[in-house]
Amino acid sequence: MSEQTLAASATMPPETWRAPTAEVSVVRLVLIGVAVLFIGVFLGFPLLVVFFEAFLNGVAKYFETFADSDTQHAILLTLLVAAIAVPANLIFGVAAAWAIAKYDFRGKALLITLIDLPFSVSPVIAGLIYVIMFGAQGYLGDWLKAHHIQIIFAIPGIVLATIFVTFPFVARELIPLMEEQGTQDEEAAISLGASGWQTFRRVTLPNVKWGLMYGVLLCNARAMGEFGAVAVVSGHIRGLTNTMPLHIEILYNDYQWVAAFAVASLLALLALVTLIVKTLLEWRFSDELANGPR
Amino acid sequence: MTAIAFGTWRKPSVIPGFGLTFGFLMVYLSLIVLIPIALLILRTTQLSWAEYWAIASNGRVVAALRLSFGAALIAAGINTLFGIIVAWVLVRYEFPGRRLVDAIVDLPFALPTAVAGIALTAIFAKNGWVGQYIEPLGIKVAYTSIGVVIALTFIGLPFVVRTLQPVIMEIERETEEAAATLGASRHQAIFRVVLPTLVPALLTGFVLALARGIGEYGSVVFIAGNLPYRTEIAPLLIVIRLTEFDYNGATAIATIMLAISFVMFLAINLIQVWARRRFGYV
Repeated sequence: MSEQTLAASATMPPETWRAPTAEVSVVRLVLIGVAVLFIGVFLGFPLLVVFFEAFLNGVAKYFETFADSDTQHAILLTLLVAAIAVPANLIFGVAAAWAIAKYDFRGKALLITLIDLPFSVSPVIAGLIYVIMFGAQGYLGDWLKAHHIQIIFAIPGIVLATIFVTFPFVARELIPLMEEQGTQDEEAAISLGASGWQTFRRVTLPNVKWGLMYGVLLCNARAMGEFGAVAVVSGHIRGLTNTMPLHIEILYNDYQWVAAFAVASLLALLALVTLIVKTLLEWRFSDELANGPR
Repeated sequence: MTAIAFGTWRKPSVIPGFGLTFGFLMVYLSLIVLIPIALLILRTTQLSWAEYWAIASNGRVVAALRLSFGAALIAAGINTLFGIIVAWVLVRYEFPGRRLVDAIVDLPFALPTAVAGIALTAIFAKNGWVGQYIEPLGIKVAYTSIGVVIALTFIGLPFVVRTLQPVIMEIERETEEAAATLGASRHQAIFRVVLPTLVPALLTGFVLALARGIGEYGSVVFIAGNLPYRTEIAPLLIVIRLTEFDYNGATAIATIMLAISFVMFLAINLIQVWARRRFGYV
C-alpha cells in the first residue's frame, strides 16, 4: 500500500520527473480514456437507455404500465419466488459453510466444486433438468399426473429453477470467510459451556453478518432477474406463471415497447440498488467480507 | 476416541453440529443439483449412439453450437483485451470517477439478462440509438452474429476484470523497480516482466467469460434475431426442441453443452495448477 501512495505522490508533483514504475502521463491518459469509454459504452449506455425508453412517452404512460393486472401479477410472482428461493439458499449456505469451514475432512475441494456447479451450467439447462424430472414426459411425469401435482408450467417449477441458478451465492461468500476466521472463537464458546446453537447465534453469526448480507444481496438480484431457467419451466402463462423478466419478453414481442422498458426499469433499479449496497459493503466492511475475486 | 469412529475421514472437533449441517448440505445439494443433472445425463443413455450422433451432427445443431462457441470466443477475446486495461487502470491509477467505474463493472452480474437484451436491441436495432447511424454505412449489428458478440461482450466483462484486479494488486513493485534499475524501459518492464505474471489470471478470466458466453441465453435472444442456421444460439435450440416436446433432442444438445462446460472447468483448474507451480499464486 505504502508503495502505491509513494508512487502516486511521486507522479503528482510537476516537472518531467516520473517514477520508474509509472507510465508516461500520455499513456496513462489514453489507458484511462479507453477504460472509461469501454465501460461507459458497453455498460453505462445500455443502463441509461432502459430508463430513457421507459419514459419515452412521458411519466403518465410509464405508470400506466403498472396499472395492468398482468404486470402487477408478474411483480408479485417475482417477489414470491425470491421470498422462497433466497431464504432456502440462505439456510443452505449457512449450513454448508458451517459443515465445510468449521471441520476438517477429506473431499472438501470436491464438495466446494459441486456447490459451484450451477454457475457453470447454462440457465437453459438449469430449467431443462427439472423438465426432464417433472415434465409430462419426465421421470416422474406419470406419477405427478396421477396425483394431480403440477410442477412444470407452474410456480413450483419456477421456484426450483430459481433455487438452482442462485444456489452457490450465499455458500461461496460464507465458506472462504468462515475458513479465514478459523474455529478458535467457536471452540472457546463451547468450552465455556455454550450450546451449538448459542455458539452459532452469539459468536459465528455476528462475525459473518456482513458477508451473509453480501451473499443474500447477490442471490436476490439473480433470483428476481433470472430469465433463461425460468423461461424453460414457466410455460409463459400470463397472469399465472409470468415473472417480471418473462413479462418483459412478452410485452416486447407484443410491440408494447414502453411497457416492456417500464417493467425493465424496475429490474434495472433493483440492479442499481444492489450495486450501491454492494459497493457500500465493500468500502465499509471490506475486512469482514471474504477476500478474493468476485 | 471419536477419531476411530470416523476413521481418518474427518478430524475430531469439539464444535457440535457437523452431522446436522453436513447431512442437510448433502441432501439439499443432491436433490437440487446432483440428482437432476445425473438424470439428465442418464436420459441420453436411452438413445443409441447412432441416434445421438444423428442429433449432434444435425446441421442446425452444429450451426448453433458453432455460433455459440465462436461468438463467445470473440467476445471473451474482446473482454480480455479491454479487461486488462480496465483492471490495470482501476488498480494503478487515481482519477475522478474511478470508484464509479469500479462499481459499474459488476453491472452485468446485477442487471437481469432480459433487461440487458432489450436495451442492447434498442441501441443497435435499425432505428435504434446507434443502429440508425451505422446501418446506412452497411454495418448491421442487431439480428446478426455481431449482435450475439455484443451481448456476450456485455455479459463477460466482469469475469475478466474481477479475476485480474486482485492479481494486479498483488504484483510487487520491487520487480518493476528491479527491471527499471537494470535498464529496462517502462515498455519492456510492462511487456516482459508484468504481463507474463498476469497470463494465468488472463487465461482464467478468458475461460470464465467464454464458459458464461456459451451458455448465455437471456441477453442474446432479443438481439440475435434467432434465424435457424444463422443467428440461432445453442441454448435457444434447446428451448425450441423443448417446445416441440422433443425431449431427446433437447437432452442431447444439453449434454454436449455440459461436456463443453466440463472441459472449460478442467482448463481453469489446469491453468491454476500451472500458475501455482510457475508463479506461486492462484
